[in-house]
Amino acid sequence: MTINGWMQIAVFCAIVLALVRPLGGFLFRLYAGARTFLHPVLAPVERGFYRLAGVRPDAEQSWASYALAMLAFHVAGFLAVYGLLRLQGVLPLNPQGFAGVTPDLALNTAISFITNTDWQSYGGEATLSYGSQMWALTVQNFLSAATGMALAVALIRGFARRSAKGIGNFWTDLTRSVLYVLLPACIVFALIYVALGVPQTLQPYLTAKTLEGADQTIALGPVASQLAIKMLGTNGGGFFNANSAHPFENPSALSNLIQMVSIFAIGAALTNVFGRMVGDERQGWAILGAMGALFLAGVGLVYWAEAGANPIHAAIGLDPSAGNMEGKEVRFGIALSALFAVVTTAASCGAVNAMHDSFSAIGGLIPMVNMQLGEVIVGGVGAGLYGILLFAVVAVFVAGLMVGRTPEYVGKKIEGREVKLTMLALLCSPAATLLALAVAIVVPAGLAGLQESGPHGFSEALYATTSAAANNGSAFAGLTANSPFWNVTLAIGMMIGRFALIVPMLAVAGSLAAKSKVPPSAGTFPTHGPLFVGLLVGVVLIMGGLTYFPALTLGPVADAFATAAGDTR
Amino acid sequence: MSAQPRSLLDPALIVPALGSALLKLDPRQLIRNPVMFAVEVVALVAVVLFARDLAVRSPSAGFSGQLAFWLWATVYFATFSEAIAEGRGKAQADALRRTRSDTMAKRLVGQGGDYEEIAAPALKVGDLVLVEPGDLIPGDGEVVEGVATVDESAITGESAPVIRESGGDRSAVTGGTKVLSDRITVRITAASGSSFLDRMIALVEGAERAKTPNEIALTILLAGLSLIFVLAVATIPSFAAYSGGVVPVVVLVALFVTLIPTTIGGLLSAIGIAGMNRLVRFNVLAMSGRAVEAAGDVDVLLLDKTGTITLGNRQAAEFRPLPGVTARELADAAQLASLSDETPEGRSIVVLAKAAHGLRGREMAPLAATFIPFSAQARMSGVDIGATKIRKGAADAVLKHVKTLGGQIPDELGAIVERVAREGGTPLVVSTDARALGVVYLKDIVKGGIRERFQELRAMGIRTVMITGDNPMTAAAIAAEAGVDDFLAEATPEAKLALIRKEQEGGKLVAMCGDGTNDAPALAQADVGVAMQTGTVAAREAGNMVDLDSDPTKLIEIVGIGKQLLMTRGALTTFSIANDVAKYFAIIPAMFVALYPPLGALNVMGLASPQSAILSAIIFNALIIVALVPLALKGVSYTPSSAAALLRRNLLVYGLGGLVAPFIGIKLVDLAITSVGLA
Repeated sequence: MTINGWMQIAVFCAIVLALVRPLGGFLFRLYAGARTFLHPVLAPVERGFYRLAGVRPDAEQSWASYALAMLAFHVAGFLAVYGLLRLQGVLPLNPQGFAGVTPDLALNTAISFITNTDWQSYGGEATLSYGSQMWALTVQNFLSAATGMALAVALIRGFARRSAKGIGNFWTDLTRSVLYVLLPACIVFALIYVALGVPQTLQPYLTAKTLEGADQTIALGPVASQLAIKMLGTNGGGFFNANSAHPFENPSALSNLIQMVSIFAIGAALTNVFGRMVGDERQGWAILGAMGALFLAGVGLVYWAEAGANPIHAAIGLDPSAGNMEGKEVRFGIALSALFAVVTTAASCGAVNAMHDSFSAIGGLIPMVNMQLGEVIVGGVGAGLYGILLFAVVAVFVAGLMVGRTPEYVGKKIEGREVKLTMLALLCSPAATLLALAVAIVVPAGLAGLQESGPHGFSEALYATTSAAANNGSAFAGLTANSPFWNVTLAIGMMIGRFALIVPMLAVAGSLAAKSKVPPSAGTFPTHGPLFVGLLVGVVLIMGGLTYFPALTLGPVADAFATAAGDTR
Repeated sequence: MSAQPRSLLDPALIVPALGSALLKLDPRQLIRNPVMFAVEVVALVAVVLFARDLAVRSPSAGFSGQLAFWLWATVYFATFSEAIAEGRGKAQADALRRTRSDTMAKRLVGQGGDYEEIAAPALKVGDLVLVEPGDLIPGDGEVVEGVATVDESAITGESAPVIRESGGDRSAVTGGTKVLSDRITVRITAASGSSFLDRMIALVEGAERAKTPNEIALTILLAGLSLIFVLAVATIPSFAAYSGGVVPVVVLVALFVTLIPTTIGGLLSAIGIAGMNRLVRFNVLAMSGRAVEAAGDVDVLLLDKTGTITLGNRQAAEFRPLPGVTARELADAAQLASLSDETPEGRSIVVLAKAAHGLRGREMAPLAATFIPFSAQARMSGVDIGATKIRKGAADAVLKHVKTLGGQIPDELGAIVERVAREGGTPLVVSTDARALGVVYLKDIVKGGIRERFQELRAMGIRTVMITGDNPMTAAAIAAEAGVDDFLAEATPEAKLALIRKEQEGGKLVAMCGDGTNDAPALAQADVGVAMQTGTVAAREAGNMVDLDSDPTKLIEIVGIGKQLLMTRGALTTFSIANDVAKYFAIIPAMFVALYPPLGALNVMGLASPQSAILSAIIFNALIIVALVPLALKGVSYTPSSAAALLRRNLLVYGLGGLVAPFIGIKLVDLAITSVGLA
């Protein structure tokens, strides 16, 4: 580890922190229906959409109609993506002449993109046409991210409102998220990426003569536009198979920094929106504090693990001072690869700038744990906030009793119904991960996808099921996942991880919104201080971590001990 | 009911509990507690596995046999904790039941005072019964005629007899209490089986114990956690198969039981029962567990000034006449108005009149006087001697009375009243017919130590509101002296009710106590309404707690008990969940070390062997339940302080303690069982 490395990490953290309040304030006004500086231009467009769709923007929806609208929207989105991918061969913007996508791959990809997972069983430049990338995937990148933001705001309204029947309007929240936040920001980011050297073209792939005189095909395409939303929407589906490790998708240290910041920007700002909406910004900072503590611990561990040399390499005489550079890009180095790995798994993004499979055992363990904790360390846009608020409900319930009152969080009493729904929501991701894993590592079709045997192979499978259920989408590259078995298994995991959590979460929002607010007093369990931050971290670690302890022991932990012992299995 | 808290080691409690704990193993009963039910199911599985090991003469039969034993012990310890908590209530219930012997009732028939003897259980609501000295009152009711001294020690444990009389706020009588003197006619208000005594017995026995809202929520959380661990454990065989090994089912069973929150699961109902019992020991009966929990949540306490904040008896300290009236003249009128007034204030006026002006008490009868008693609506009392109306009472009430008689109010009166009020006294205006005479200065004496109590309450985030019939100025002076946060002056029952509604609309929970029939609406509206045992039937029906000692100060203790109950639950839940970390470190290396030998490095406790590690974890898990039974029954220690301070302390003790304690405990058990050769 070097001072330089830590300073790069510090610069990243400082930029994200500096963005929290301004962006939070903007989002707060936007979702409250107040005017922002973009309204003069965009408000007529927004009204036009509502008129076209026949939506009354201020019509409040109950949690159930909100959930129904959300689900219906996703069914439509799924059918559209599935159809577009299957018909790719006959659709325009296909200069390479790719054939239609196979049914299981189209299924996996469609679910992957509507759930904001962006798990890629396909290789982008070898399977998908420009058209498919643009109208199937990029569109869903916007919509799934906007859905996450809408859902987070709906849950926040549950906490903020008193004795209310509705939790907002899904169509309005969705439209505003796309129109005022994602679209303008992505236009700016795409232009910046183009300036930094990312291609943006509809021209076919180039063929270049190498120095040896061989022909080399250089893949191109509308990369910058997809890259912008892939990061800002924490989608993570790369235009190229190598994702942000590819020089066209992440050319420089600067583009790398912008990408990492845009992964965290909205997620971190939403904590501030939470604070503002419940009338106490400190509540938001406390949530961000808990996220930050877990994040820094993760970064420190991965950086430490990757900066250390592989003992087996050292034993055969390789210079240990370089650290573990296997699978990393030289233009990013150890610190930025470690940071990117933690950011992308903490935030449900799944873009990668290095191959996690090549990380040391502990370096690969942390990204897995990040996802297994429920992607609540900043998390996916919106998803991270509603995830950690569910943990906060559990933390407040367990520890809140210890102050001798019925537990309450930001003035809302946490009672049987909320506990039931919260447990239901928190149960679905471990269930999807562990059950899929338990099947995958014993059936031949599952084992066939693993590159290694032993603990490392176990880690590959564990990483895949975890990534799917957590809607992350990053992969331990060793797994060959484009087979009917893995495509279907992971598609199920992604569905459960997204929707089985969202529906009870919205029910919690509805139940909370209907409650009156308890005014705070000296007897109220304080949820804005360091004590609560520590408690929340503890609950996230125990609830999230203990579930996976056996699996982690047999995967990365066994792997780490084996490596330390010089065992090369 | 005065049953003293018995020692936990009292054989009279333990022996029956040992037996009834066995009965509670019945799965039909245990299913109410999902965590312990799950343990029972897997304990059965363990027995089957043990039997199989025996049948095939497997060398691991000793191990699986011990595991099965300790799993059953875990369930048994949990039911035992519930049985012993109930046992303490049962002892109290038995004492009560003895008083409910088969009394005969004298039911009045017709108008003439004739009665027929019938068995008490045959009485119906509305029956009129005659109760004579030495008789047990046959059922709950209301005195409709007469005054009697009643021995209520069977219910309250208080041996001094109390007065029960028709009308007013002391009309309620309880079945099973004994009339000592005089005869009264009682209208029965509760049918046999639903009387106060029956309800008390059911409550302290825990027979009617329904789960409280908070308990239900906690049970759901624990069940949810258990489900997560079902997943974590059920997927292990497949993981092990991939790694080329097999994990014995009995080991999986052990891991599962140590991971699910058995500590809190086992003690949850004992904590609830013990909370009710603690109230009972304070001579307070909660009509439901919900009320006890609500007590912990209370934000606002409405406290009657008299008897709670100030000593019940205000003393007349001075006569302050108007110009043109002598002090003696005022004292004379005040004394006449007070001669038949049996309130302490009335008596103190008579005493002061004698001490200051040598006025002796007079017989009322020859004066042909009619006593006008105090009423909450009129807010004055007095006497009519012939056509002369002498009144004393609250300033505005007497002034209104004087005005209606056509009298003039001298300007100086306002000044006198105001000065008395500002000094914290109660001004009592005295009038004869249409003429105001002056003011009696009644001095209120604030109870010693009450100021500090209110400070504690404030630290806990509870606001205190003093309720008083005094005028605003007097109320403000006393409120300042006593240190309450707010006061409601010139309070009428309607104003009280309105105040409660207002606080509740702001999302606050309100507690109050009351005794009179006119308190009933407010008692019913309050989230915690404590009715005094001496109060009326209506008040007792409206409240959700009854204080057998009729001591309004107890509201403060009730809040403390409610908080302690919730804190105990939270503390043991946190402890239970934090324990899991150590248990994982005991069992996981033991389970997987055969698959990957380097994993032995995770055995941070240095446990002797895989078998001893697993046994130690399961033994620790069982024994910790027994070890925590006293804590569950007594409740965690509780000193009133802010939520932040409480949380810091409890997180440190039960969170951090829960993380560390099992590492030490499991290691100790491991040392013990390996030294005696059990593993």
